[in-house]
Amino acid sequence: MSELIFLVPLLPLVGAIINGFFGTFIKNEKIIGWIGSLTVGIAFLLVCLIFFDQLSLPPESRSVTVTLFPWIVAGKFDISIAYLVDPLSLTFALFVTGVGFLIHVYSIGYMHGDRGFFRFFAYLNLFIFMMLNLVLADNLLLTFLGWEGVGLCSYLLIGFWYDQKFSGTRIEWTVDAAQKAFIVNRIGDFGMVLAMFILFALFGTLRYLDVNAAAVTQFPDGSLALSIAALLIFLGCTGKSAQIPLYVWLPDAMAGPTPVSALIHAATMVTSGIFLVARLSPLFALSPAAMGVVAVIGIATAFIAATIGLVQNDIKKVLAYSTVSQLGYMFAALGVGAVTAAVFHVVTHAFFKALLFLGAGSVIHAMHEEQDIQKMGGLKKYMPTTYWTFVVAALAISGIPPLSGFFSKDEILWNLFINGSTLLWLVGAITALLTAFYMFRLVHLTFHGTPRFDPEKVHPHESPPTMTIPLIVLAILSIVGGFLGIPHAFGHALHIPHFLEQWLHPVLVETHKILGIEPATEIHPIEFVLMGISVVLALIGIAVATWFYITNQQIPQRLAERFRGLYQLLWNKYYVDELYYTLIVDPLWYGSTTLLWKITDVGIIDGTVNGIARLIGHFGNLFRKIQTGIAQSYAVMMVAGIVLILIWMLFL
Amino acid sequence: MAALILTLFLPLLGAGIILFMNKTQRKGIQYTALGFALATFVVSLFLLFGFDPANADFQYYIHTTWIASLDIGFRIGIDGMSLLLVLLTTFITPITILSSFQAIKDRDKLYYMMLLLLEFGMIGVFVALDTILFYVFWEIILIPMYFIIGIWGGPRRIYAAIKFFLYTFIGSLLMLVAIIWIGIWGGGDAGFTADYLTLREIAPTVPLAIQQWLFLAFALSFAIKVPLFPFHTWLPDAHVEAPTPGSVILAGILLKLGTYGLIRYNLELFPQASIFFAPLLSTLAVIGIIYGALVAMVQSDVKKLVAYSSVSHLGFIVLGIFSMTTEGLQGAVIQMINHGLSTGMLFLCVGILYERRHTRELAEYGGIVTVMPKFAVLLGFAVFASAGLPGLNGFVGEFLTMLGAYQSPILGTWTYVAFAALGVILAAAYLLRMYNGVIFGPNLNPKNHALPDLTKLELWQLVPVTIFLVWIGIYPSTFLQLSETNMRLVSSKIEAAHRQMSQEHRVSSTSQMPLSPASLSFLLPQEIKNMHRQQQRELTEDGNGAAQQQMSDEEWMQE
Repeated sequence: MSELIFLVPLLPLVGAIINGFFGTFIKNEKIIGWIGSLTVGIAFLLVCLIFFDQLSLPPESRSVTVTLFPWIVAGKFDISIAYLVDPLSLTFALFVTGVGFLIHVYSIGYMHGDRGFFRFFAYLNLFIFMMLNLVLADNLLLTFLGWEGVGLCSYLLIGFWYDQKFSGTRIEWTVDAAQKAFIVNRIGDFGMVLAMFILFALFGTLRYLDVNAAAVTQFPDGSLALSIAALLIFLGCTGKSAQIPLYVWLPDAMAGPTPVSALIHAATMVTSGIFLVARLSPLFALSPAAMGVVAVIGIATAFIAATIGLVQNDIKKVLAYSTVSQLGYMFAALGVGAVTAAVFHVVTHAFFKALLFLGAGSVIHAMHEEQDIQKMGGLKKYMPTTYWTFVVAALAISGIPPLSGFFSKDEILWNLFINGSTLLWLVGAITALLTAFYMFRLVHLTFHGTPRFDPEKVHPHESPPTMTIPLIVLAILSIVGGFLGIPHAFGHALHIPHFLEQWLHPVLVETHKILGIEPATEIHPIEFVLMGISVVLALIGIAVATWFYITNQQIPQRLAERFRGLYQLLWNKYYVDELYYTLIVDPLWYGSTTLLWKITDVGIIDGTVNGIARLIGHFGNLFRKIQTGIAQSYAVMMVAGIVLILIWMLFL
Repeated sequence: MAALILTLFLPLLGAGIILFMNKTQRKGIQYTALGFALATFVVSLFLLFGFDPANADFQYYIHTTWIASLDIGFRIGIDGMSLLLVLLTTFITPITILSSFQAIKDRDKLYYMMLLLLEFGMIGVFVALDTILFYVFWEIILIPMYFIIGIWGGPRRIYAAIKFFLYTFIGSLLMLVAIIWIGIWGGGDAGFTADYLTLREIAPTVPLAIQQWLFLAFALSFAIKVPLFPFHTWLPDAHVEAPTPGSVILAGILLKLGTYGLIRYNLELFPQASIFFAPLLSTLAVIGIIYGALVAMVQSDVKKLVAYSSVSHLGFIVLGIFSMTTEGLQGAVIQMINHGLSTGMLFLCVGILYERRHTRELAEYGGIVTVMPKFAVLLGFAVFASAGLPGLNGFVGEFLTMLGAYQSPILGTWTYVAFAALGVILAAAYLLRMYNGVIFGPNLNPKNHALPDLTKLELWQLVPVTIFLVWIGIYPSTFLQLSETNMRLVSSKIEAAHRQMSQEHRVSSTSQMPLSPASLSFLLPQEIKNMHRQQQRELTEDGNGAAQQQMSDEEWMQE
């Protein structure tokens, strides 16, 4: 069964080729849309079949490598296009194709009438193809192909409406945001490439299974080279998964159409970093330093992004910062060795964040491309399906039981506490409060209260079924998704296993051994206490948001005036973009223009070259004057020469 | 045999036939040129069938005496590396002829003769196995290129053409001195030899101090051609002034003559000196990578941008060469092909824009995708291939060259690669700046509102190249395996030399002061002979050196 895995990425690729090259001839939106959706849908069914097939196998044989053909072979380097089918890759492949399919269907409605309809579906299919290569790859290099490939699709899709304006720091058009995304990601890829060289030099292979096994046997106590490799890979992850210091591209990536934000910039692509760290978790586990960095960067990103999200007014930007923040949680979990918790949150986050974005898309659609929540309000009655599904997602992300976000986030918080430190937990818990607050600020400003738009000009309406059905499906998934991982605190007594933990266990045996993590057997009473605390914090967040934006609407403004400096700081995203431009981009640009080009190239090098040429010319001119053609002067010179020679011979 | 002879001489024959055509028959001349270029390509494909990639020897070897007294002969043959480069040449030339149909509007007869003569010269360089023959071909190339820039170029064409000519010529004169020196050394008592195969056996025995001089003489010539920082300033001028087909040939093939020479002559003839100078050349290569990229980033002229990007890309090739590992060398060879294809295509695309608007200023463009969607797609392939996106060709070469440099025991440090990899970030910066600036954004310039999309003729230029961009990106083995055996041999020889050098170093801390011969007397023929004889005596006395050489070859065979 697993041998069929090659069909899974192949199908979307075929879709991309058909739509990309023949889309202009097909023209019919329905056909294009369904070619795009069904190729992904069938891929999803195939992954399901393979998943159930593996589930029926004993855990230790749930790992199959399918080699297709040799890719780069030179000297000792030998890498194939090969897929590794195991619980980790299947988990990712399942939600990539599943959520991907829903978003494709949604896009049929959302992109209706767009002049680039076929192009959109071609890019989207290409993205799924690349993303599947990323997660199914059997080696780091093929993952890197997917990694850069999704970056390409992200670039193309952020700038999809290439002639539209988009405002951001030094960003004028959507394509500027696209360019920023690609280049910032390239900085991360720089780390990835170097890490691959180190790993190949150390182990002579880039295949995940071999690298992990070799790392454990060759460096049982870790090593500096290993730590550096792990940190360089993490640099790549900070790019793709938008963590400090490279998160700056993600908020601007919202320039793309909303389904793109949902699929690429929330549910799938940005979780690549989590995938990669999970995939190489033994390597990371061997380096406490790298683990520490991952945990600290993760939790810091979670907190900082959440604070920025508190004050933003663009519905998609709030969600973007929320995504950055949630990804931070996942890295924090990875940093303390809780790989299962991180993957769990990846999956639930894919459900509720995709739902939030698609809901936002539905709202933007209804409001005629308006994205400012200050100009919305009271939309509940116009679009009930969107509203209810949005609330479900907001509750899920806030961590209200028994929705999915509660389970996954609480597992992370619990792991931060038990395997990390109280401080990590505390920051995580505070971030949870902030999350609940900004989510319900969004809900209230968008759907509740009185409309702040002009009902004469704007006529909000519910979206068509192609858009609402995916919303409903995702809402259901957001509700029940949490049952993939019932915490031991509950499950132990009821004899319900933590499914995801058991399922991922074969992949993580080594990691757990290195870190000394053992499956939970007893119930810690404190787990219930922490759970209670985080639920209470979430409720406080929701309550405060309700108080601020429903009950007493003057408070936010008064607060903003009272703490003007802080508000400005948050509103301007801590001026990080400005900092990067002033410290890096501008000096580089200025230095290249003057020092390198004008001074070194044109001045020094070409100056020397032309100078020598001119010098030779001068000499030529000088000697030319001797060649007068007058016989008398030649005679004089001859005589002078003879005299000189005589003097030299006689007296010297 | 016949295939190689035909591949080499068909272009010359074409040029000869055009010479006798009436210059008013423009179409006739154009299609004759195209016909000969295509025929050459087809014939060169036959080289593939008889080629055995597992055989490290030169194949299709032909030897005819030319100047017997000096042992100069018409010796040609190909190995995997030259085969790939010959195929690149025969593939690119018909495409440039197609693009000439639009770009060249006067004096067609002379032009197409020059172009075919150029192809003849380039193929000649890649197949010559005789140092003098090599030198002749090397210089033949200068002439048509000089005229192509100087006659059909832009406003500053004369300056650019002379600069191109003198820069290259100065380098090649030093190379000629080195060719003569090594010929006298290699000729032994017979006097002189230009036989590359003989020299390849003998040259590594030249004392290191002198090898270094010879290495530098060859390297300077090749470094200018590559061009390696700081010898690159002829390139932007030549590119900007040359007509589109000229730029395509220049970037696509001419620059590869330099990197080809570095492997064929510097590495193979002077392994010890190569090891000695590897850090220097790798440093220059890395500087070139970053420097070229940064300067490319700030250009407002699209063609200049692409020209400077060549400096950056060629840096990767040189870095791969001087890593002197199989991976690095293989990366260098495939990157030569890659750069020829993708940068050649970038120049074609710039030319296509120029034909329509007669400007190359980035600011003049924007939103071109609205009027030229096909062009946008194909330019996208070229741009992302150049930027080293995995799945397209550029990545394979860049990755292998850097991997080789990282592992190289001779370079012995990760610093080169760490800096070279910065070039990958910058490549994205300058290429996307260009792509965004030309293709995306709003189409606000009224002059761009009605640009026609690609014509059939233009599609015939771009699509074949695109196929190879994808092919090499996904299945590079087709091409890599052709040169694998040769590059393995080169790197194993260098490795053996490296081992030997470090052993000698341990025995006696080097008595040879590098680069400081007591006087320039080593340039005198008599002195060369004496040195050679003395060394022969030493060798026969202990017989160690030869035995060791034998050993390492056998070791390699066992591998």
